[in-house]
Amino acid sequence: MMASLKLEGLRKSFGATKVLHGIDLELASGEMLVIVGASGCGKSTLLRLVAGLEEPTAGRIVLDGRDVANLDPAERDIAMVFQNYALYPHMSVFDNMAYGLKIRRLSTAEIRKRVEEAADMLGLRPLLDRKPRQLSGGQRQRVAMGRAIVRHPKLFLFDEPLSNLDAKLRVTMRAEIKRLQRRMGVTSLYVTHDQVEAMTLGDRLLVLHQGVPVQLATPMEVFERPADIYVAGFIGAPAMNLLPARLAAGGTAAQLDAGPLVPFADGRRAGADGMKLTVGIRPEHVALVAEGGLALQVDLVEPLGSETVLIGRLPDGEMLSIKLAGAAPPEETVHVAIPPPNLHVFDAATGLRLEPRG
Amino acid sequence: MERRTIFRGWLLPVAFVLPQLLLTFFFFLWPAGQAIYASMTRQDAFGIRTQFVGAENFTDLFSDPLYLDSIRRTVVFSASVAVLSMAVALLLAVFADREIRGRGLYRTLLIWPYAIAPAIAAVLWVLLLHPQIGWIGHGLRALGIHWDYKLDGAQAMLAVILASAWKQVSYNFIFFLAGLQSIPRAVIEAARMDGARGWRRFRTITFPLLAPTTFFLIVVNVVYAAFDTFGTIRALTRGGPGKATETLVYKVYVDGVENQNLGSSSAQSVVLMLAVILLTAIQFRYMGRKTER
Repeated sequence: MMASLKLEGLRKSFGATKVLHGIDLELASGEMLVIVGASGCGKSTLLRLVAGLEEPTAGRIVLDGRDVANLDPAERDIAMVFQNYALYPHMSVFDNMAYGLKIRRLSTAEIRKRVEEAADMLGLRPLLDRKPRQLSGGQRQRVAMGRAIVRHPKLFLFDEPLSNLDAKLRVTMRAEIKRLQRRMGVTSLYVTHDQVEAMTLGDRLLVLHQGVPVQLATPMEVFERPADIYVAGFIGAPAMNLLPARLAAGGTAAQLDAGPLVPFADGRRAGADGMKLTVGIRPEHVALVAEGGLALQVDLVEPLGSETVLIGRLPDGEMLSIKLAGAAPPEETVHVAIPPPNLHVFDAATGLRLEPRG
Repeated sequence: MERRTIFRGWLLPVAFVLPQLLLTFFFFLWPAGQAIYASMTRQDAFGIRTQFVGAENFTDLFSDPLYLDSIRRTVVFSASVAVLSMAVALLLAVFADREIRGRGLYRTLLIWPYAIAPAIAAVLWVLLLHPQIGWIGHGLRALGIHWDYKLDGAQAMLAVILASAWKQVSYNFIFFLAGLQSIPRAVIEAARMDGARGWRRFRTITFPLLAPTTFFLIVVNVVYAAFDTFGTIRALTRGGPGKATETLVYKVYVDGVENQNLGSSSAQSVVLMLAVILLTAIQFRYMGRKTER
């Protein structure tokens, strides 16, 4: 079953605390949208509003053309995968998956068929008689997925479903979730604080910051053209370097506080010379040069195998990290340059991205 | 992590344990030993000669129809008290578990009855149920019901069941509330997402997850009703009318203190002691198994 989802002016306050400041969002049928943000940004609350586990303070939740904002979860036809799986501990794997179907009064034969289908899809067939406590973390995760799948719901909700798994399993399950979602074509909302999950799983990302949606775009667009300083620092690892600078040369270059003048490769920015900027450069884009450029006092070397991260200080005390292919040079001070094409320019006052004019 | 302190010598550890050992000895082992000894003796009518009779008191007991009646009465009484007090407590706990205004006050008030002495509680119930001065008793009579628990055996049983159950509701409430709160919120939410509501969700998810608490409380309540309600019965009905509310514990008192039949009374207390030991053993065994998994 495919369905579209539309959120209009969705707000939520707990007492005087505003958690969500108005979310407008439209999901196409079959789309997977990932909501990403630091803890406390309101992403779980947003998901729980859609689920019906919390009541919105204002706004509409339109699922398949019907406003469900004031309906009980039972009437919304939405399935949810919880962070800690939330399996029914006293029921077998089969009964865990069958529970929602029994409540919907499906025939025994239909229930069996759907559960076995899902069990085969998830490799749970041999475990159907087990209780949750007899399962490993990864298996529990699969059962939680299965419980959502068998329902054939209009919408899937995922609330950080992989955060309790170890790193290796997380990668496997991530791929599995993506495959399943594609195969079943169910419209999905996926909440995570993990930017790698966000980048790999989402057709589009919604970045939330303190209850405000700051950017809604495809993962690559968010990565390549972050809408503000928050998104720039949040998406990408290691985080983008953000350096203070001023607009110079009639809006065609940034004068870094650290020294060099970096011309804009993509055109001039609006504003008077001397306007405060924040200039972003991703660690993998900072270039090592033999001499000249900026001197970087290396504080920390993090070898990651195929690449190495250097973290150091510029002469004016600003921190800068660099990601290098291969091993680190042995010197304590290296020289770096900032290639103009990879520059991100933000207004230091508003934090917003400054695009080239016309 | 296990924290362990090693004492040198034996004087200090013994000094720590001694008070408890003394209490156990003087208030449990000694009287229990005396009861066991007395249960195998018989005194003449004037209490002058005491004679050893072995197990005769016990065999007499189990062939005495009055004793068997008392067993039956105790079973009915205990089961009624346990079911009534647990059902009411569970209902209150479910309400208290919700997000409601004044929840703290509500919970505190519910715990109070547990702190009231059995005799005081019974007096409260006398004042409520008394056919002439109690407002419930008075009201029932006003409705045309012939209410007089001092004359009607069934009504007397009802009265002691009510009073005993009421006193135990607080205790059960605390455990049920703790049990409800230890159920992960997400599991309940998962059931909501699965479409389960109200009674169905309670029956299929909440209640099964309360099973360990429920089992624990069944044992505790049966023990309470069977052995710890002497004060309530004494103050309310004195075992009467006739023998209508004479439970096993009350009968121990009647036979030993009022009828001065020490041998039989002791034999009855030994039987009760064995029953408590049995119930406790069942409970420990079950709880032990629960914690192992």
